[in-house]
Amino acid sequence: MREMFSDARLVATKDLRIEARSRVLVNQVAPFALLVLVLFGFALDADQRTLRTFAPGLFWVTVLLAALLAVARSASVEHSDDAHSGLRLSGMSPSSIFLGKAAAVFVQLMVLEVLLTLGIVVLYGSEIDDPVLMSLTAVAAAVAVATMGTLYAALASGLGARETLLPILLLPVLAPVLIGATRAFDDALGAAAVDGWAWLGLLAVFGLVATVLGALAHGAMIED
Amino acid sequence: MHGFRVGESVHRYRGGVSVVELRGAVALLGRFPALSGIDLSVDAGETVLIQGPNGAGKTTLLQLCAGLLRPADGAAVVLGHDLNVERRAVRRRVGLLGHATGLYGDLTVAENIAFWARAAGLTGSEAKSRAATAAGLMGIDDRLLSRSVNVLSAGQRRRTSIAALAVRRPELWLLDEPHAGLDQAGRDAVDSLIRDAAAAGATVLVSSHELERVRSLSPRIVTVAAGMVVGDTSAGEHGAAGKDTTGGGIDA
Repeated sequence: MREMFSDARLVATKDLRIEARSRVLVNQVAPFALLVLVLFGFALDADQRTLRTFAPGLFWVTVLLAALLAVARSASVEHSDDAHSGLRLSGMSPSSIFLGKAAAVFVQLMVLEVLLTLGIVVLYGSEIDDPVLMSLTAVAAAVAVATMGTLYAALASGLGARETLLPILLLPVLAPVLIGATRAFDDALGAAAVDGWAWLGLLAVFGLVATVLGALAHGAMIED
Repeated sequence: MHGFRVGESVHRYRGGVSVVELRGAVALLGRFPALSGIDLSVDAGETVLIQGPNGAGKTTLLQLCAGLLRPADGAAVVLGHDLNVERRAVRRRVGLLGHATGLYGDLTVAENIAFWARAAGLTGSEAKSRAATAAGLMGIDDRLLSRSVNVLSAGQRRRTSIAALAVRRPELWLLDEPHAGLDQAGRDAVDSLIRDAAAAGATVLVSSHELERVRSLSPRIVTVAAGMVVGDTSAGEHGAAGKDTTGGGIDA
């Protein structure tokens, strides 16, 4: 177990170092996500009341679209020069590799969610009523998206045509995360009268199941 | 039927005899049989040249021995492990140099070598020491160590890739055209590395089209064509009658 987490940390550190050098998140994914928020604003006619009402849903749709880029990038780092085979030959367990890659995507998603929170406050005029619920929801949803994204990126890689296949495979699986996180944010942002904590509980369970399932199934996904 | 008695194979390997035992091994790339019933036996400490025309199955043979492919039929035991059931146990003990470099372009040369050393389970200080040795063997100086792989030439990437492999000190080296893209100094460094590995008791399989160069390294040349072994001779005998290397002790 200790070796598994040590190897996972090695992989996560490597991925985050690559991200720090390439700045794909900062220069491409984050601007894309902010652009989507702005476009939603245009589409809804810049009516702040409407925007505030729909901000939770718009926030999480934007997170999912940006997450597709982050997850695809995480997979392409391994496949661009066949480092993927090196990882398989390294002796590290597939679970370690999965947890490491998912952890790196999780960190990137958290950065993105902070930026997007600023985005909805500034652009949509959203007000944060319950910062604790909002923070925990952001963490639980990021765990779910990072783990399912990493698992499905591995699955798509095995099936070929990973760039085009990934969104089709991943987005339906993440629909429960979109629903749960949006409802929890409805409560946290005061956009609708719902029990956000109950939805957060569901999100947490989903994230836990996705993490365990991913760690167990990743080995089968990365084999030819 | 090509079944091994796996326990017996382990015993033979521990006795210092057999590192690679393939009997009628078939490997598929998609639905295409890249290896169509290959027989090969390699003893511990041997250096073997694998030669053959493009598309003969040399790369697939090395990937099979590395445990990256599962045999679709036949028997394959590497380092005492049946590749049908214990591929992960094989992988951690072999080193495969493929056509791709397996490097991360946004990391420096030093970071790449260190990562693959740590991934192989080496601790921080051990990884650092071995990385310095491997880099030195491949003629990678301090200036190059701090450069991003993205800005390296193809030859420099190849050197880095070989250093990242050497740092693991595998028991079985699987080298797919290791001289490709290297200058004279790089080729000499690869030759030294192979000699050092063999001297340390490792087993080396080298796929190469540079017969003259590799003949000096390998007393045994295996010729592969259409996914099968069609010749198996010592260097001095090459072109003459093949030597039978099938060996005994295997349940066929």
